[in-house]
Amino acid sequence: MKVKSQNVQGWLLFAPAAILLIAFTHYPTIATFINSLFTNSSVIRPSRFSGFESYQNLASDPVFWKVLVNNTWLALGTIPTSIALAIIMALIVNKAIPGRGFLRMAYFTPTMLPMIAVANIWLFFYAPEIGLLDKFLEIFGVESHNWLGDPATVLPSIIVMTIWKEAGFFMIFYLAGLQTISPELEEAAKLEGSSRWNYFWRIQFPLLLPTTLFVFINAFLNSFKLVDHLFVLTKGGPDNASNLILYYIYETAFSFLDISYASALTVVLLIALALAALGQFFFIDKRVHYR
Amino acid sequence: MNIFKKLTLGIATALSISMMPMLAAAETELTMYYPVAVGGPLTKTVDKMVENFMAENPDIKVNAIYAGNYNDARIKALAALESGQPAQLSVMFSIDIYELIELDAIVPFDDVVSTDEERAWLDSFYPSLMENGVTAEKTWGIPFQRSTIVMYYNKDAFRAAGLDPESPPATWDELVDAGKKLTKDDGSQWGLMIPSTGYPYWMFGALAMQNNETLMNGAGDTTYYDKPGVVEALSFWKDLGSTHKVMPEGTIEWGTLRQNFLEGQTAIMWHSTGNLTTVKNKATFDFGVAMLPAGKRRGTPTGGGNFYIFKDTTDEERAASLKLIKYMTSPESSAGWSVATGYMGISPSSYETDTLKSYIAEFPPAAVARDQLEFATAELSTYQAGRVRKALDDALQAALVGSKTPEEALSEAQATADRVLKAYR
Repeated sequence: MKVKSQNVQGWLLFAPAAILLIAFTHYPTIATFINSLFTNSSVIRPSRFSGFESYQNLASDPVFWKVLVNNTWLALGTIPTSIALAIIMALIVNKAIPGRGFLRMAYFTPTMLPMIAVANIWLFFYAPEIGLLDKFLEIFGVESHNWLGDPATVLPSIIVMTIWKEAGFFMIFYLAGLQTISPELEEAAKLEGSSRWNYFWRIQFPLLLPTTLFVFINAFLNSFKLVDHLFVLTKGGPDNASNLILYYIYETAFSFLDISYASALTVVLLIALALAALGQFFFIDKRVHYR
Repeated sequence: MNIFKKLTLGIATALSISMMPMLAAAETELTMYYPVAVGGPLTKTVDKMVENFMAENPDIKVNAIYAGNYNDARIKALAALESGQPAQLSVMFSIDIYELIELDAIVPFDDVVSTDEERAWLDSFYPSLMENGVTAEKTWGIPFQRSTIVMYYNKDAFRAAGLDPESPPATWDELVDAGKKLTKDDGSQWGLMIPSTGYPYWMFGALAMQNNETLMNGAGDTTYYDKPGVVEALSFWKDLGSTHKVMPEGTIEWGTLRQNFLEGQTAIMWHSTGNLTTVKNKATFDFGVAMLPAGKRRGTPTGGGNFYIFKDTTDEERAASLKLIKYMTSPESSAGWSVATGYMGISPSSYETDTLKSYIAEFPPAAVARDQLEFATAELSTYQAGRVRKALDDALQAALVGSKTPEEALSEAQATADRVLKAYR
């Protein structure tokens, strides 16, 4: 009897989390997978079971491969740079310098702005002729360039904007990480005559590794899920040069109303992210030193 | 009293309270979604019109819900229907017609009108504005916020370049000539800008028609992307940048183009009439508005939003919706809407109203869109419109940035469109 009531209590405690997880994570995932196996229903053509046809279509869809490659470049372009910048900014504002509060706020401001607002600002930065960037480069005699209209520069332009947007956010985590490092370590290092770089590389950086792992995972996920700016900046253009996988899913589902294909794309994205997360936890996690 | 009785009583009370307003007033309640695609406080204008309608018709209550841009409005209205939320009518993109029919979401107006007077009302609009609303011999959409592409030009820049500001280029050749005179070598001023992001297929519809071609058939199941005349039109567009050097190469951003024009970076721009009121309020120079120039002929697609009535509605709701639509599209409403926004009056009689007559007398550019209607055609609209349109958009951008030749790009787009549309023929 006692065991039974404990069981009930256990299930009741588990229920709120379970209900939320099942309703908003597990059920949609399964429904998405099932949707991907059926064709779209319309009056003219009712839905029918099509098996893995959508997935076969994926393989022969050049836009799908294009957005995968773009996403990879975006991840490679944004993650290392924004982490490095975040560490540098955190080291600067961790020191007792005049105007520290102001500087911290300035670094953090891009994070507080909504992505759509940021994109609207940067749209005018990048505008040829009238944009801030072109006006600035004009001083040095550089000719005007159509940053978002040229397939060669559109993705780098978006990478720069993303770094600007994200680095301040990651800085906060590094700042918190730096402040948990005992000041005695720095004093000891000074007494031993260790150089500033040596202190950073041998002591601060290893102690910050848990933070780095956390930031890395966040940056990785963001490189897949941040697409708000595309609605304003390029809509994936020119000719898909800046299209990303999540934006392509949105377009497929809500502009093409092709739920079946969008579901297949979503399942592929989910599998890729799940694999990446597993990899991070099983391989990188082992190398990170936690206290 | 046990807990179940209490609960039942509570639910019963709650139900009867929530039912009360329905019993009290025997009014018809309508929910209407509408989009706004250009900047400016247009939601207020729509809300005001709806308020006036309700004042005149106390037995009808209208909830007008602003739903973002055209794409958002369609998504929200369809999602509301799917989830069982009531929505009786909506303003949506005129080119959504085939998808709405395929989803069995809308009724043709032919089934809603009953009197001869109402049937005559269906014929009271400009025929070219009806093209996107009629298919399979039925009328599915009634024009509301409609536009065409017009040519805005900077008269001061024309004078400075020794061109006559009162005779803007009327043919492609004149456009190129004027463009060459207007383009400054130091890059501080371009002759012409045609936007190629956002809605490239729309701009291209104009160029194709000027070259005597249309992009699709009336049944919405075939596109003509790879016809020689269409390829020629794209070559001309590309040549403006790469050969004639009167337009920047690469794609030109839809969203910042108006700013480019207002800052004098380009002497001519092609843009929606929906921008007219904003340009009028913000331009610091003398500007003119003209019809698009002719290739083999003049031409522009129409654009904008139509009224649709949803299928899942009662007869009373349909009648009330029709009443609302008739009010919103009446000559007086249409004239007021046109003055507030730059969108065009949708019927010949709207231009007979005092409101528009006096507005045009004081500001002649407002009449250009109307005069151009004579040369207008339907906007690109097919089954599976999103995908068929994107195939063309991608092809246009690929050709403009030079990664593919116009022939290559358009024949690939045609192959994609054929694959998607085959099932509908």
